[in-house]
Amino acid sequence: MKADPKGVLTGAHFLDGDHACCEGALSAGCRFVAGYPITPSTEVVERIANRFPSVGGIFIQMEDEIASSIAIQGAVWAGAKAMTVTSGPGFSLMMEHIGLAVMLETPCVFVNVQRGGPSTGLPTLPGQADMMQARWGSHGDYEIIAFCPNSPQECFDLTIRAFNLAEEYRVPVMMMMDECVGHMTEKVVIPKAEEIEVRARRYTTAKPGEYLPYFTNGDIVPAMAKAGDGHKFHVTGLTHDERGYPVMNAEAQEKCVRRLVEKIRNNAGNIITLEETETEGADVVVVSYGITSRVAVKAIEMAKDEGIKVGHLRLITAWPFPEARILELAARVKAFVMPELNYGQMFFELQRTIGGKARSYLVPHGGGTVHDPKVIFEKIKEAAW
Amino acid sequence: MAEAKKAKGARGIVAIEIELCKGCGFCIEFCPSGVLEFSEEFNSKGYHPPRAVKPEACTGCDLCGIYCPDFAIFGKLLKTVA
Amino acid sequence: MVNPANPVSQYLRTDRIPHIWCSGCGLGTTVNCFVRAVETCGIPLEQISVVSGIGCTGRVAGYLKLDSFHTTHGRPIPFATGLKLANPKLKVIVYSGDGDLFAIGGNHFIHAARRNMDLTIICVNNFTYGMTGGQVTPTTPIDAIASTSPYGNTEEPFNLPHLAESAGAVYVARWTTFHVRQATKAMKEAIQKKGFSFVELISPCPTLYGRRNRLGDGLEMMQFYKENSVIQNGADTREVGLDFKGKITCGKFIDREKSSYLEMYNTKMAERFGSSFEPYEGVL
Repeated sequence: MKADPKGVLTGAHFLDGDHACCEGALSAGCRFVAGYPITPSTEVVERIANRFPSVGGIFIQMEDEIASSIAIQGAVWAGAKAMTVTSGPGFSLMMEHIGLAVMLETPCVFVNVQRGGPSTGLPTLPGQADMMQARWGSHGDYEIIAFCPNSPQECFDLTIRAFNLAEEYRVPVMMMMDECVGHMTEKVVIPKAEEIEVRARRYTTAKPGEYLPYFTNGDIVPAMAKAGDGHKFHVTGLTHDERGYPVMNAEAQEKCVRRLVEKIRNNAGNIITLEETETEGADVVVVSYGITSRVAVKAIEMAKDEGIKVGHLRLITAWPFPEARILELAARVKAFVMPELNYGQMFFELQRTIGGKARSYLVPHGGGTVHDPKVIFEKIKEAAW
Repeated sequence: MAEAKKAKGARGIVAIEIELCKGCGFCIEFCPSGVLEFSEEFNSKGYHPPRAVKPEACTGCDLCGIYCPDFAIFGKLLKTVA
Repeated sequence: MVNPANPVSQYLRTDRIPHIWCSGCGLGTTVNCFVRAVETCGIPLEQISVVSGIGCTGRVAGYLKLDSFHTTHGRPIPFATGLKLANPKLKVIVYSGDGDLFAIGGNHFIHAARRNMDLTIICVNNFTYGMTGGQVTPTTPIDAIASTSPYGNTEEPFNLPHLAESAGAVYVARWTTFHVRQATKAMKEAIQKKGFSFVELISPCPTLYGRRNRLGDGLEMMQFYKENSVIQNGADTREVGLDFKGKITCGKFIDREKSSYLEMYNTKMAERFGSSFEPYEGVL
């Protein structure tokens, strides 16, 4: 369906990534945000607080990130599209509730504007060191979807896509921004509402008394219900059966949890978005995401000037990881070079995927600033033998 | 299930789900009319459920039902006042 | 197995009865009172949502035939906040235990009370973490034995009604599971009350708290409540703290009027923006 024009700020704007993310959420139909201030994400909720009253949304600054990350889920079960926003330390606090969203299959969006870590780290400076945490941070087996915008425009566009995928797969979706993209100001074009595709929540058509919260009937995900419609349903974070009732045994676990994992794994092809530049015929492929991808472009330029056949694979979705495409490339290229604002995170996914079929080179960086393109360029040269 | 035999003069009657009872004794203790006592029999869990020893005293007040933590007993009026 | 003629059966997920609670546990008794309160509160069942945390009391949500949510430990209140704010027409009731609401959940309790969020909080206080084997909680009295205070608790417990009043609750009451009629009435009033209402229900945990402290079985603990309760409606909540094996002050302590969170929000926004502000009534 089309976006509700009430939330769509059509036009060409000059916005930073945080502000663009807010507008993306509004265009996507988000009308409930619970958040807690944390640099460098605070501007998202400040703009939300400013914009919501006139679009019929409600924002509440909760007492902490733990409360925020579950308040949004209560709102979703009452029928809202909901989002919370944070950075590293808050993301850590939210881990248990990411797991709850996974288990209850609550569609919602978690925004992490990454900063230098660990711990309090570098609150005002970029990092990309929460990438593994986005995938593995909560306990137990599960899969999530994660996006890495590399511009304010993408912060707008991908937030909408995040909400849409959250509804389609009934999963929490992570918007893994970084402080650079969040605080850089660029042109953001917001189209007319009728040009924005928004995915409606799929509610059950069962009559009250007949609804089974986790009955899928061959679909990827079960149809949802909301409180107040007379279904009198029960949902729990305990391992449960189709009725939503807790069932404490291995058989129920297999049935319940396997589907949570497979609904993403088996549909990775429909979820993954990549941007490839000149990867065909490349000897070296640079794999990057977020702000680092913009620096990588410069490094690649420098390498091409030296005659190196180098391509660029940008992860727009970081999770699920594009194993299939990477494996395809690994059969043909000599090496991958992966710069990240961390000491190795997505790089290990890359290595695991290629299984030694090609060489791989990490260009680590602790964060606090972006890579010097020369450093990436040197690594490309090293990789190109 | 065991319904106490309709006793002469009783205004109410209790219905007991023997298998749900966990023998806590609340209903017996808090019945204001002394209708109930522990029975000699026990259910499959090994608990002694209550039995109506003075069914004629039952007023159908359902205090037993409110107290029962296991939803194993309730009392009802034999007929509503017209 | 619940007799279909039992007046509570229509409010229970009878396909899950018998429940997991022990013999003599007061939780089932609180559920009976709650069901009767819900029956007579005048709110359609479809509008009622129950949110619970983790613990024996947390299992109540799973036995009630209402929209119910068994969430994470300590966090039913923020979940309930989201539910209520997204759809203010819902009547949202939090049903959880002393440890869940006041240890890990303490921060959420005080903030929701401060905001006067329109929620009803039913706290079953059995002075222990029953589900996990009887550990000490913030309400365990001094000297009481628990698995993590094997030599007797040496920490001052919370006085829950006082905490609730201080944090901003507009309705505060305490009863025990002996006081079934009053507990039912209190829950009904709390449900009907606009704003943050709190009902503390003292309940036996005979298996753990009772056994370790030689308080007898469930019935003996109920008899203790009967003998040692003092009804003092309107009591000063500073005076209603509980000592180990001491007097239990019961009653309705606070029943006051204050704008709820959304009333305040809408009023203030209207003052600020005038008629151009459309009052917030839910996201849908």
